[in-house]
Amino acid sequence: MATEAMEQLAQREYKQGFVTDIESDTVPPGLDESVIAFISHKKGEPQWMLDWRLEAYHQWLKMTSPSWAHLDYPPIDYQAISYYSAPKKPEDRPQSLDEVDPKLLETYEKLGIPLHERAALAGVAVDAVFDSVSVTTTFKEKLFDAGVIFCSISEAIRDYPELVQQYLGSVVPRGDNFFAALNSAVFTDGSFVYVPEGVTCPMELSTYFRINAANTGQFERTLIVCDKRSQVSYLEGCTAPQRDENQLHAAVVELVALEDAYIKYSTVQNWYPGDEEGRGGIYNFVTKRGDCRGDRSRISWTQVETGSAITWKYPSCLLRGTESKGEFYSVAVTNGRQQADTGTKMIHIGKDTSSTIVSKGIAAGRSNQSYRGLVKVSPRATGSRNFTQCDSLLIGDQCGAHTFPYQEIGNSRSTIEHEATTSKIGDDQLFYCQSRGISEEDAVSMIVNGFCKDVFQELPMEFAVEAEALLSVTLEGSVG
Amino acid sequence: MSLPETLVQRLNGAAEAGPAWLAEQRRAGAARFEEVGFPTRRLEEWKYTDMSKLSAADFGVADSAEFDEALYDELKLDIDAWRLVFVDGIFSPRLSDLESLPEGVTMAPLSQALSDDQQAVREQLGRLTGIEFSAFSALNTALTGEGALLRIGRGRALDKPLYLLFVSRRGDTPVMSHPRILVDCEQESEATVIEHYVGQQGAANLTNALTEIRMAKASRLSHYKLQEASQSEYHVASIQIDQGRDSHFTSHNLNLGGAVVRNDLMTDLNDENATADFLGLFFGQERQHIDNHTKVNHNAPRTYSNENYKGILDGRARGVFNGRVYIKRDAQQVLGYQNNANLLLSDRAEIDTKPELEIYADDVQCSHGTTTGQLDENAIFALRARGIDEQMARGLLTLAFATEVMQRIRHTAVTDRVERTVAGKLPERFNLESLVEESR
Repeated sequence: MATEAMEQLAQREYKQGFVTDIESDTVPPGLDESVIAFISHKKGEPQWMLDWRLEAYHQWLKMTSPSWAHLDYPPIDYQAISYYSAPKKPEDRPQSLDEVDPKLLETYEKLGIPLHERAALAGVAVDAVFDSVSVTTTFKEKLFDAGVIFCSISEAIRDYPELVQQYLGSVVPRGDNFFAALNSAVFTDGSFVYVPEGVTCPMELSTYFRINAANTGQFERTLIVCDKRSQVSYLEGCTAPQRDENQLHAAVVELVALEDAYIKYSTVQNWYPGDEEGRGGIYNFVTKRGDCRGDRSRISWTQVETGSAITWKYPSCLLRGTESKGEFYSVAVTNGRQQADTGTKMIHIGKDTSSTIVSKGIAAGRSNQSYRGLVKVSPRATGSRNFTQCDSLLIGDQCGAHTFPYQEIGNSRSTIEHEATTSKIGDDQLFYCQSRGISEEDAVSMIVNGFCKDVFQELPMEFAVEAEALLSVTLEGSVG
Repeated sequence: MSLPETLVQRLNGAAEAGPAWLAEQRRAGAARFEEVGFPTRRLEEWKYTDMSKLSAADFGVADSAEFDEALYDELKLDIDAWRLVFVDGIFSPRLSDLESLPEGVTMAPLSQALSDDQQAVREQLGRLTGIEFSAFSALNTALTGEGALLRIGRGRALDKPLYLLFVSRRGDTPVMSHPRILVDCEQESEATVIEHYVGQQGAANLTNALTEIRMAKASRLSHYKLQEASQSEYHVASIQIDQGRDSHFTSHNLNLGGAVVRNDLMTDLNDENATADFLGLFFGQERQHIDNHTKVNHNAPRTYSNENYKGILDGRARGVFNGRVYIKRDAQQVLGYQNNANLLLSDRAEIDTKPELEIYADDVQCSHGTTTGQLDENAIFALRARGIDEQMARGLLTLAFATEVMQRIRHTAVTDRVERTVAGKLPERFNLESLVEESR
């Protein structure tokens, strides 16, 4: 019956698992002030940046790892992790695709995302992050003409220190939480985007994060600033090679939208989820927060989370400007022994602010998935509006789906709605499709895609296609 | 945080009272409480409700059940029922009425049950709610000595409610009481239990009640908890139910009073076709703080729950709702619904709501919904267009908001009380009293 086909599909191997053999310049495992100084020196950072990192490190030392999430994993030994690894000879970075290490290109080929093709066909500028150092940046000139700054955070610290100093840590302070503090101390790379006043970024910006080199945690730091009346759409996508040890990933993403600015941030996350027993998957502890600082500003998070053994991630919006808008669209799929605790926080501070949350969770196999969200309306945020919908789909009787929505409403002139449902794919739905000649696997795939439609339609076109494919791959074996 | 000297003395002396098995439980409860103290907001379960202020308060214990007759008549429910009355936790035989209690039904104050039928108490006390449940359950265990033992014998269907009235007096020094209520519904029995907590205006006491209800196969119980503590009282209550096959439990959790109120309501649906209906209404004004935590554990397949909580908050009142539906692995074909709707009448009122689902089985249907909003201006306009003035329109709609919960109340004495209290609490703004009278 259905369950057998589902189980078969669930047992397929991770398609995108491989390790690219590139020598890395890696520091020995462990974390202390000298490692931070090494990272800072390696990046050619000014003194203020080193001081900033050390301050974060000292805060981190006083903190403990959060335990409130619905997650079960062994304690992480932070001294067993190497905090820096970079492809060799950073000075000799390739200036164009032709110069890129063919092995890296091959890696992208395996992923089915040929960099050059994508870049050329889709008009997407790619700042590819490969093991913590930006290997190549394309379309820089075109962006430069528009006045958009799109570079690695290390370059930004060097070339635009005043912008970085003004905004770095202004949305996610160094001591915000355990993982953000760790990231602040040791982040090695990431992206920086600045869109000047009145500019609509001429293309979608994209970074492919990759994790390689055994035993290196990846600590990305992304900062996107949209000045008044500007717009940008940013795509973040991740895949990782199959490997045997847990890898820690603790990224921080900060978005700042000034008056009338609009930032759209889309993520497709497909890191290695671990094998059938849950061994070896990525630990993903991410702090993502957007600050709608200006009036009428808007920040939209869209995420498709299919990978990682552990996901701890709550992309949030601080709605400070009057009439500012926050959005969160999420599809999270867990299979095998994956665990995801994800959701969002919408903090309404300004008047007449609105937020929309649509979260779709699909749990299969022996996985566990939680939606955890907060909608907070401050007493001054009158006329605020929130709509939340979180639906869960359970596939199989060994998984779990949980919902923990917090709502704190502090005034009477706001309207807050929350709905959540939990169900499974109905036998009658399957029967309906099958009686029309659609195979069971396709039927399940159709139903799941329909279940996620509200979120997928928020994704940029290229991503939407990839997301549907990813969903099928992830659920292969459990449904189709 | 250190506890008041007198409380520590009381805890130390607690173990001396009662039979040995009880003394042992008391000692454990006292030790537990001394270890954890009153809960602070650092605990997730108490995130929105701070009880640490109680550490600074010094509560005495009442020594008599004297009470003004006229005031008593005013406070009690006008209802035909078997009745046990407690004044500041002390049993009042004079005010109680157990006349013609049918055979096969037990209704006794706990103190009396402890001397007459110790075994029945021993079987149930602490069986469902242990001292680990919360600081208050530990405190109750350590210091309780009064309360009620109710048993509805096999196949008995009662035509009158069992009414437990707890009156709280205004006195020179605030007092605390820790009633323990044990309810045993035997197979195929049917009954209504009303727990009524009411405070004299100005009373500043602490009530910490704990109810344990055991429901055997095919038993039915309607449980009412009408809470009308004074605006300066602390009220903490926990009600835990253990439901057997085909049993049906209905809870009416009606909260109108209290300065700081916390209710924990939990049921375990342990066998097929057990059903729980949780209905709740809370009305807060001024600086009232009302916190309702509910938990439904679907431990068996084909169990059903339906929950509907309505909150109305005015002034600077704060409401908290935390509802959890848990479905155990392999508890298939469960239906679990949960709804929490809140009406904020003032810009300074606040609601913190958290409806949770925790689900480990796939063939289930579960949903929860929560809304927070204000009166619909269009509805007000529609009423005004028909000649109803604005105040009355708002009042009508406020009452209408509560209707879903109100209309499930089967006892007019209770309905009246809720309606009058809700209406009477809003005289200047709503003038509902006359409206309620007129509509009769």
